[in-house]
Amino acid sequence: MATVIIPTPLRKFTNNTARLEVRAGTIQDTVNELTQNFPDLKKHLLDEGGSIRSYVNIFVGNNDIRDLQQENTAVKEDTVISIVPAIAGGAPDQLFTKQELARYNRHIIIPGFGMEAQEKLKKAKVLVIGSGGLGSPVLLYLAAAGVGTLGIVDFDVVDDSNLQRQVLFGIDEIGKPKVEAARRRLAALNPHIKLNIYNTHINSQNALDIVKDYDVVADGTDNFPTRYLVNDAAVLLGKPNIYASIFQFEGQVSVFNYTDSKGTTGPNYRDLYPTPPPPGLVPSCAEGGVLGVLPGIIGSLQALEVIKVITGVGETLSGRFYIFDALNFESRTFNIKRREDNPVNGKNPTITALIDYEQFCGMRAVEEKALKEITAKELYDWQVRGEKFQLIDVREPHEYDIVNIGGELIPLAAVADNAGRIDPEKKVVIHCKMGGRSAKAIRELEEKFGFTNLYNLKGGILSYIDEVQPELTKY
Amino acid sequence: MIIIEPRVRQLMIEDAVSTFPDECCGFMFGREETDGTRLILDVLVVDNSKEGDKRRRFAISPQDYMTAEQHALDHDWTLLGVYHSHPNHPAIPSEHDRVAAQPFFSYLIISVLNNEIITLRSWLLNDDRQFEEEKIIDYQFT
Repeated sequence: MATVIIPTPLRKFTNNTARLEVRAGTIQDTVNELTQNFPDLKKHLLDEGGSIRSYVNIFVGNNDIRDLQQENTAVKEDTVISIVPAIAGGAPDQLFTKQELARYNRHIIIPGFGMEAQEKLKKAKVLVIGSGGLGSPVLLYLAAAGVGTLGIVDFDVVDDSNLQRQVLFGIDEIGKPKVEAARRRLAALNPHIKLNIYNTHINSQNALDIVKDYDVVADGTDNFPTRYLVNDAAVLLGKPNIYASIFQFEGQVSVFNYTDSKGTTGPNYRDLYPTPPPPGLVPSCAEGGVLGVLPGIIGSLQALEVIKVITGVGETLSGRFYIFDALNFESRTFNIKRREDNPVNGKNPTITALIDYEQFCGMRAVEEKALKEITAKELYDWQVRGEKFQLIDVREPHEYDIVNIGGELIPLAAVADNAGRIDPEKKVVIHCKMGGRSAKAIRELEEKFGFTNLYNLKGGILSYIDEVQPELTKY
Repeated sequence: MIIIEPRVRQLMIEDAVSTFPDECCGFMFGREETDGTRLILDVLVVDNSKEGDKRRRFAISPQDYMTAEQHALDHDWTLLGVYHSHPNHPAIPSEHDRVAAQPFFSYLIISVLNNEIITLRSWLLNDDRQFEEEKIIDYQFT
């Protein structure tokens, strides 16, 4: 009889026998005999086609049967046959470059976080809606942490009054679209991540299309219609929505629509607030003010929850609602539950597509009315032919000192208080650096005082310098 | 549950660090208690015979495998498994590991990051050919 040496891992299929006696013949006969006597051995020795598995080597003496006559190799009475499993493996294909490993080292060395969590961050796609007070710390920390893809939605331009809390921006960005300023700042912070920007109002028409490409949504918006919109879009698409809001001295954080590892989905914004407050009851930051450091604190907590949701590390705020009172330094955490009457994902959902959220919140729709505009060339023509008009400059005094074109200086924040200085009869051209703040000033003046004679200088003073007076200082 | 003798643990770690940035590999020997607890008492360091990218793959030659089986017989130990390193990767089995994995063997993976040991984790194939983690217990002298 010949002898077969069974490798340790397969001995549990041979009644823990290491050496078996088999009849002489060929290797094929040996394999047949073995699999007949020990049927459990079959799937480990043979593939679906009945051939010897590529991960199994069979040796006759010291020679691989692949170098002899394969299955037809002769087995004699004194032959010693060894079944040798191929031992191989390896790491998954490399996700991080050397630079990234060095950058994220302080994450990777945390016990319980490690490479595994860092890889999840890299693979994650997070959409941050609003790049203002909350969005600034959220974006800075998520970019620094190495979230692989960040989407940024904002329609606004940077205003000097933002800089008291919106730490993403500096004075050089005043007048520029926030998403572009944010992209520049974040790309300079972390070149290893991908940044997508959406310089637009998120609304019922575009929300699903924007949100669908992301795994997680972070809501840093400042108004109720958008908050309900973002909530509903996240619920309809099955994405977790990390929510935060701030007002004056108070901040709130929660994790909505989060599905845990057991497949249970937690409550969302509509479970907490089934109906919006009456319009005007809760003012925005622009109207009610906010302590600048508060969005820094609350936005950082929001970023923390985003990281926990992505990595699965720790217990998220799903099913809980956190409130921080900066004045007395008290924080409270409430439990919240799903409601059967939730119109989006309760027992009988009535909202199956995005609705008109301005109407839902009892607010007039924000219509982007077209402003009357004037180009730098046209303004020059008016000046040349002595057209009667008033020129207002809504930039800040320090900008005015750098360069001006003779307009009356009324900084944007003071425009409403100085409406009396603006001529209600003749044409009034309002300008800023690039055209963003002057558009805001015109909207405010039209809405509050009913002006109809205001023209926005397209491209602001920069465009005037380019096209009319290139000798002036650009900044 | 798998208990690793401290000297043995040290040998594996030294192998993983000195082989970095390539993957190291070797065999683990010891005893299996009746409750399934594995006690690792010795290792055999072998060459990574992979032709090609040793930074992300390892292979052990059949000759080394047969030596390992003989080593177990000589010392009356059981060949309990294989260790290998994942340079700059978590100590989680990859698909490459799973496809080639043998039943019964403990697959101990050492995650090495820029020359420093991060974690050791051990994995065992279940009947569905999926890896399940085995708890590593620090060896206590009594």
